[in-house]
Amino acid sequence: MRAPNASIRIDNLTVAYDRHPAVHHLCGAFEAGSMTAIVGPNGAGKSSLLKAIVGLLRPAEGSVDLTGALRHDIAYLPQQAEIDRQFPLPVLDMVAMGFWRRSGAFGAITPAMRAAALDALAAVSLRGFEARPIGTLSVGQFQRVLFARVMVQDAPLILLDEPFNAIDTRTTTDLLDLVHRWSDERRTIVAVLHDLDQVRRHFPQTLLISREVIGWGPTEHTLSAENLLRARQMSEAWDEHAPLCDVHAAQR
Amino acid sequence: MPGPYELLLLPFVEYGFMRRALVACFGLAIGCGPIGVFLILRRMSLVGDAMSHAVLPGAAIAFLMFGFSLTAMTIGGFVVGLAVALLAGSVTRLTPLREDASFAALFLISLALGVTLVSASGSSVDLMHLLFGAILAVDNPALVLVAAIASVSVATLAIIFRALVIECLDPAFLRSVQGGGARYHFLFLVLVVLNLVAGFQSLGTLMTVGLMMLPAASARFWTTGIGPMLVFSVGAAFACGYVGLLVSYHANLPSGPSIILTAGALYVFSVAFGRHGGLVPGYLRAPHYQR
Repeated sequence: MRAPNASIRIDNLTVAYDRHPAVHHLCGAFEAGSMTAIVGPNGAGKSSLLKAIVGLLRPAEGSVDLTGALRHDIAYLPQQAEIDRQFPLPVLDMVAMGFWRRSGAFGAITPAMRAAALDALAAVSLRGFEARPIGTLSVGQFQRVLFARVMVQDAPLILLDEPFNAIDTRTTTDLLDLVHRWSDERRTIVAVLHDLDQVRRHFPQTLLISREVIGWGPTEHTLSAENLLRARQMSEAWDEHAPLCDVHAAQR
Repeated sequence: MPGPYELLLLPFVEYGFMRRALVACFGLAIGCGPIGVFLILRRMSLVGDAMSHAVLPGAAIAFLMFGFSLTAMTIGGFVVGLAVALLAGSVTRLTPLREDASFAALFLISLALGVTLVSASGSSVDLMHLLFGAILAVDNPALVLVAAIASVSVATLAIIFRALVIECLDPAFLRSVQGGGARYHFLFLVLVVLNLVAGFQSLGTLMTVGLMMLPAASARFWTTGIGPMLVFSVGAAFACGYVGLLVSYHANLPSGPSIILTAGALYVFSVAFGRHGGLVPGYLRAPHYQR
């Protein structure tokens, strides 16, 4: 991989479901080589923000601009991958999907790629699982397989949506080490997390979001008691009679 | 008492129509077997059935315009089937409606249109022939059509195999690393329609779905990988064609349904005794391992 130097600039981004904003007028940037945690209550737009960055959701307004990387260079670990676990595929093939950008639809999976995929499985403590069908894994083991796939993607931008859900403590520690190593390689990392202690210990930058930015910057500063209180006050429910957003009203 | 030669081979040695029927089964097995596997893997098992009804108006229009011409009806069926598949696929991609619902909606519209057209034409006998086929009346041009479609189908599947598997398994991943996964899905739908019209003359579209789905559904009970499933379903589809033709010959039964009933018997046997998830092996408690 070329020396990664990829950043994400977000300009006035609004992502909406049925015109109700999940992410509202978000501005800011994930700088090259930064390691940022996204924190916020349920329904705060964390996953929607990641999906908009990857291009899986179309913004209702504003834009996401990538510098130093193409949108398809993002390695994205979804929170709930819509994967049919009954699909008859061995674990190693699932990991090898991560080579798509190099192998494409027709290219061979070379012995070197195979070895890298096996290394990735070893890194998530799943050595010996390569021939098992994915349907035989537990939820946590499968999440580790998806993590291994992110590893072989070897991407300059890595977006992780609650990556340690259902993963045991020992493996979480291993995977956090791995994330630190990625960060040392100047990859840009964004992870949605709920464990604030984990965020304080491992992530230098934090974006606290509840549809709008509550705080974005150094973790200790962002996760102040005052900010956390403000984030909790977000109303989760839709207001069916909400007026149009002020910005639009002003344009009329 | 007839010996094995008389039972198993003689009908094909003696009669040209039996030989042609067997070759047609072979071609259909090669084309339809893998399509069925992918339909099942994509949880679209009923889409084949829906599409087999959806081609009716195309065939009916061709019948009204050109009389009973296999070529015209095949082309008509293909065009309308394709239109329905693409429309339904687009509705699925562009709106929140799920694939099963959008296919159900469009095939019903198409079917009603087809029935209207058929009744306008007065005679429905020939169109029954289209829905249920007459494998013993397969002629050489029909064989060439079956062979050509099987070849195109297998070659296309080979080319899009990896993308199609990933698009089945984890469509969001394919969109994130490449975008445009939809094209593989649409290409696959084209293959479904092609294989259905391949069976026009021989099995009829309704029965062709049987040859598509039953061996593929049985394969799930005997194999665990995609490759073995594909091989199994092609082999099983051909074996069902062979056995079904013999049954229909000796018992004097209609050939298309005999073939599909043979496949049905294989399916029932697989559900009962299949090594992976069959009812009986699941009920018997096998000794378990230490770890």
